[in-house]
Amino acid sequence: MARGKTIVEKILGEHASKEVSANDFVVADVDVCFAHDGTGPLAIRQLQSLGMEKVARPERTIMFMDHASPSPRKELSNAHLLMRSFAKKTGIQLSDVGCGVCHQIIAESHANPGDIVVGADSHTCTAGALGAFATGVGSTDMAIVMALGKTWFLVPETFRIRVEGRIPRMVFAKDIMLFLIGQIGADGATYKSLEFSGDSISGMDVAGRMTLANMAVEAGAKCGLFSSDEKTESYLKEHGREEAFREVYPDEDARYERLIGIDVSGLSPMVACPDAVDNVKTVDEVEGTRIDQVYIGTCTNGRIEDLRVAAKILEGEKRHTDTRLIVIPASTETYLRALREALIETFIEAGAVVMAPSCGPCVGVHQGVLGNSEVCLSTQNRNFRGRMGNPEGLIYLASPATAAATAIMGEIADPREV
Amino acid sequence: MVLRGKAWKFGDDISTDLITPGRYYHLRSRLPELAKHAMEDADSAFASKVVKGDFIVAGKNFGLGSSREHAALVIKLAGVSAVVAKSFARIFYRNAINIGLPVIVCDTDKISEGDILEADLEREVLRDVTKNVEMSFPPLPRLMRSILEEGGLVPYIKKHGDLKLI
Repeated sequence: MARGKTIVEKILGEHASKEVSANDFVVADVDVCFAHDGTGPLAIRQLQSLGMEKVARPERTIMFMDHASPSPRKELSNAHLLMRSFAKKTGIQLSDVGCGVCHQIIAESHANPGDIVVGADSHTCTAGALGAFATGVGSTDMAIVMALGKTWFLVPETFRIRVEGRIPRMVFAKDIMLFLIGQIGADGATYKSLEFSGDSISGMDVAGRMTLANMAVEAGAKCGLFSSDEKTESYLKEHGREEAFREVYPDEDARYERLIGIDVSGLSPMVACPDAVDNVKTVDEVEGTRIDQVYIGTCTNGRIEDLRVAAKILEGEKRHTDTRLIVIPASTETYLRALREALIETFIEAGAVVMAPSCGPCVGVHQGVLGNSEVCLSTQNRNFRGRMGNPEGLIYLASPATAAATAIMGEIADPREV
Repeated sequence: MVLRGKAWKFGDDISTDLITPGRYYHLRSRLPELAKHAMEDADSAFASKVVKGDFIVAGKNFGLGSSREHAALVIKLAGVSAVVAKSFARIFYRNAINIGLPVIVCDTDKISEGDILEADLEREVLRDVTKNVEMSFPPLPRLMRSILEEGGLVPYIKKHGDLKLI
């Protein structure tokens, strides 16, 4: 007997033009695809080695320059040149130096509810916040997606994550996600779809949902999905494409492999400690840890909502003398809004280095590489050894509020107490 | 195809940052150079010790993190014939198949560093020659198997022109 479908079964089925269930293999059409300066050049070379230099959907194929942007080295400048010339030849879209982080721009300008989005970056899952099935692949898969406009998928089983309760003051989507990953582990959802629901989710803006979806991969998941609702609709409207709204939701009798409930009403700010995203503690367990560099930004927490929270805490304060503070808005849109709201002024007055939209120091390429035995607290999504360019550096992960409080105190600090 | 080589042991959660660190980002356009740093932050001498045909043998969640296909590529270019692990992160697993690097899921606890291994990909059997133990491993799904047999996704598409589920 037919049973109800999860969101991922519905979207993949629609794009494969047949009814599908978890564990089926499908070949599905891809609506939006993209790569960046770390993965795009190899995708282009793979496409060329196939003797193809034609893209199936150039208007919905995007190359981003965000990971090494502006380029710190000639080799990477040459990678940018390759991407620019490929874009000219094929008519695909280019998001050049300074435009921002791919996942932020995909949400602002490209991904729609019900779409399939495939990106050559593991955090492609971010677009799940808008009700799109969005997942990361490598460069060769991306080459084939660009060429054929489709790829194959194994339809994943789904974990339903019900998030209930009133979110306490100074606790944010980041804290909820770190808590969840701490509970299920860095491979707790390998190959699964995470489907978020519950009253805390209904009340959460798209920015918060993006933080949750972004880190789905840190539990091993293939995607992090949300039903679309009036918050999705107003986000799309705000970004000039309200006509793209459609309802995406799971059937009531959908089958889930696992149900996980989280009551957030008693949740504290959380911190992921070196060197694993699932090495999660409450902020009071690590309070007082000396921090050399604080980074506020990235696809996880570089949105205007994040910058507002951080600026409110930093208003009229100064960073600790021994602690550098780096702030990077995730996109041009975010940067301009932060300027107009005078948040940038607040950051600079607090002693921050504010840089143009990009991934910044998160990938270990530039703009804040750690020194030996230096310790960073960042709003990014990963703290693996060597992530920020030096295996001798240590990385803690937290929310923008905890990051701002930490920058002031020079040690990990509880934002509820600053 | 039977692969034969020595086992190099690693632990759980070997991330793509350990396999191919971000500080070598600029070498991504020069893969043979990048491969000299394969596994560097997990074992700094790995690339100089590994011999063509050897195996990487790891714990759970091998290859977690970034989608960088360069992680699978540097392992292959360093001469590794296959990665054996208790489990793999999703994107690494798919990338490895796409570039023709065999990935084998099995219990690796019994294998010690330096053991001679033989992997028979057709029969799905891994033999620890040193310990004289045989372990079977689960078959790849059909599509992935044919991609691997063609040597990766590019040669697969060259031959078939399309993705074929059956």
